[in-house]
Amino acid sequence: MIKLSQERSIELYRQMLTIRYFEEGVWKVYANSWMPGLAHLYIGEEAVAVGVCAALQPQDTITSTHRGHGHCIAKGGKPNIMMAELMGKANGYCKGKGGSMHIADPALGILGANGIVGGGFGIATGAGLSAKLLGEDRVSVCFFGDGAANEGIFHEAINLAAVWRLPVVYVCENNFYGMTVAQNRAMLLECIADRAVAYGIPGRTVDGNDVLAVMEATAEAVGRARRGEGPTLLECQTYRWGGHHVGDPGTSYRTAEEVNAWKARCPIKRYRKYLVESGRLSEEEADAIEKQVQQEIEEAIEFGRNSPFPPLEELYTDIFVNPIPGSRQ
Amino acid sequence: MREIMYAQAVREALYEEMKRDPRVILLGEDIAYLGGAFKTTEGLYLEFGEERVRDTPISESAIIGTAVGAALTGLRPVAEIMFGDFITNAMDELVNQMAKMRYMSGGKLKVPMVVRTTLGAGRSSAAQHSQSLHAWLAHIPGIKVVVPSTPADAKGLLKAAIRDDDPVVIFDDKMMYKLTGPVPEEDYVLPLGKCFIKREGKDVTVVATSSMVHQALAAADRLAAEGISLEVIDPATLSPLDTETIIRSVMKTNRAIVIDEGYPYYGVNAEMAAVIMEGAFDYLDAPVIRIGAANTPIPFSPALEMPSIPDADDVIEAVKKVMYT
Repeated sequence: MIKLSQERSIELYRQMLTIRYFEEGVWKVYANSWMPGLAHLYIGEEAVAVGVCAALQPQDTITSTHRGHGHCIAKGGKPNIMMAELMGKANGYCKGKGGSMHIADPALGILGANGIVGGGFGIATGAGLSAKLLGEDRVSVCFFGDGAANEGIFHEAINLAAVWRLPVVYVCENNFYGMTVAQNRAMLLECIADRAVAYGIPGRTVDGNDVLAVMEATAEAVGRARRGEGPTLLECQTYRWGGHHVGDPGTSYRTAEEVNAWKARCPIKRYRKYLVESGRLSEEEADAIEKQVQQEIEEAIEFGRNSPFPPLEELYTDIFVNPIPGSRQ
Repeated sequence: MREIMYAQAVREALYEEMKRDPRVILLGEDIAYLGGAFKTTEGLYLEFGEERVRDTPISESAIIGTAVGAALTGLRPVAEIMFGDFITNAMDELVNQMAKMRYMSGGKLKVPMVVRTTLGAGRSSAAQHSQSLHAWLAHIPGIKVVVPSTPADAKGLLKAAIRDDDPVVIFDDKMMYKLTGPVPEEDYVLPLGKCFIKREGKDVTVVATSSMVHQALAAADRLAAEGISLEVIDPATLSPLDTETIIRSVMKTNRAIVIDEGYPYYGVNAEMAAVIMEGAFDYLDAPVIRIGAANTPIPFSPALEMPSIPDADDVIEAVKKVMYT
């Protein structure tokens, strides 16, 4: 198993908790109508984002998905700036122009969450191409779901990255449902990583609720990428506890037994147990971290609520880097 | 000035910009060993190597998507989509990714890339290799759409597009690749977003795009013999559009015709007509006439295809109508 310092291993715990409480905060924000629109919550899947990003360097990039809050936090996104973005506020990551599904910050290596299922495949592949051609020590990670594995661009992009040996890791978060349609109603394969064979690249399926297993598998794939050996298809099997988005109870297509069975495999409780049992963290310290994180999220919500909306002039900015003077926009 | 073919002018622009900036790379189908279906990248892989001139699998979505990602992270890709009809295979990447990255990120991301593709019928290539779909992308905010009309403009606009920090899509009329014309040998860069007045005149304004500029100019030559003077305006950049030059011309001539090889409805010519209506309504002495391709899938047989493409005769007929002669 992967060896982590005590400090590092506690940091992973803190990140997973931050994602959990952030998402619970988003639910509260949504229920109180403090945000416009919808959001897709990551509760239950925290070990994937945290485990993957723990194996990355700051210069490495990610593309994220509609269910992207966890990826952003794990890659260094600040909950308060994210919350402001979700609320459509001017000091959010994208000045309130992107919202929940489009958080981006190149300084953190976040090349954007994406509202299009499979929207990150091409972008992540291109980031791999630039790393290779510019000679930069930079790996590109593409997060996507089991649903996106049935988009055409999945095939086109992974094949291209394979044939060009690009430093990309395609991370499938298999939560077994593409919106409401179960995986076994959308494909005959049990393991999406088996599709790697079609591209002549390694594929691996891991327990996505085991943060250290995810980290270890990612580190192996990232190592391959950095050594110029090309892309890997990594499947992390996990589960979203809630519905597809905050407005979907998620009950019409899943049984309570199934949901409860996955809740019993909570990635955070499991990791906490490991930390305590291995003597890295006491119960009291774990509780204290939980309180700190809760406090941080409460402050993030307040920050968002107290932030201004963008001024109307922002409607027409950021369409082009170089708007053309005198021409009609 | 030395004269070269349109395809050579495109190649020259690519060559010069690749020499100038190592971040410029090319990717597309059959652009390396073959040199492109229309010879616009001939031999470039020998000059710059296969790392920078990349033959791709036949995967239009991946070509555009990869270019977007590469542009976000430090390269300046020029992606080629062999036939304009094939942009339909890559519409998500063009419309939802390339065009919107900057806006959705509140200005944090930029996408300095060029897509080169084609438009135009006339080669008996039938309905899936002959369409002029430039209006599809001109409809989307966040994309600069360029339709050069001469070899010189092709060079100057492509060089400008490669240096621009925004996504630019250039549609070349494939029927013009062998068109010869004077092209400056030096570092020739034209401004994006400006109309070019191709011929000054006083009686009727003809707004013409891409190869239709030549149909308009041919009509102008023929009508000059009858004492009718056409002003031919080439928008060159469809989006964002230099509306001022068009409106100013119509204020002078009081009559306007729009000709574009796209379909006649909901397209470029409809937009140009609306611009004229909005900007020069009180100056018009006749309704604006728009001329486009026949509103049909493009037929294979030359007996049907050639009449489906707008030409100088259509311009002359329209001129007579707007002049009530």
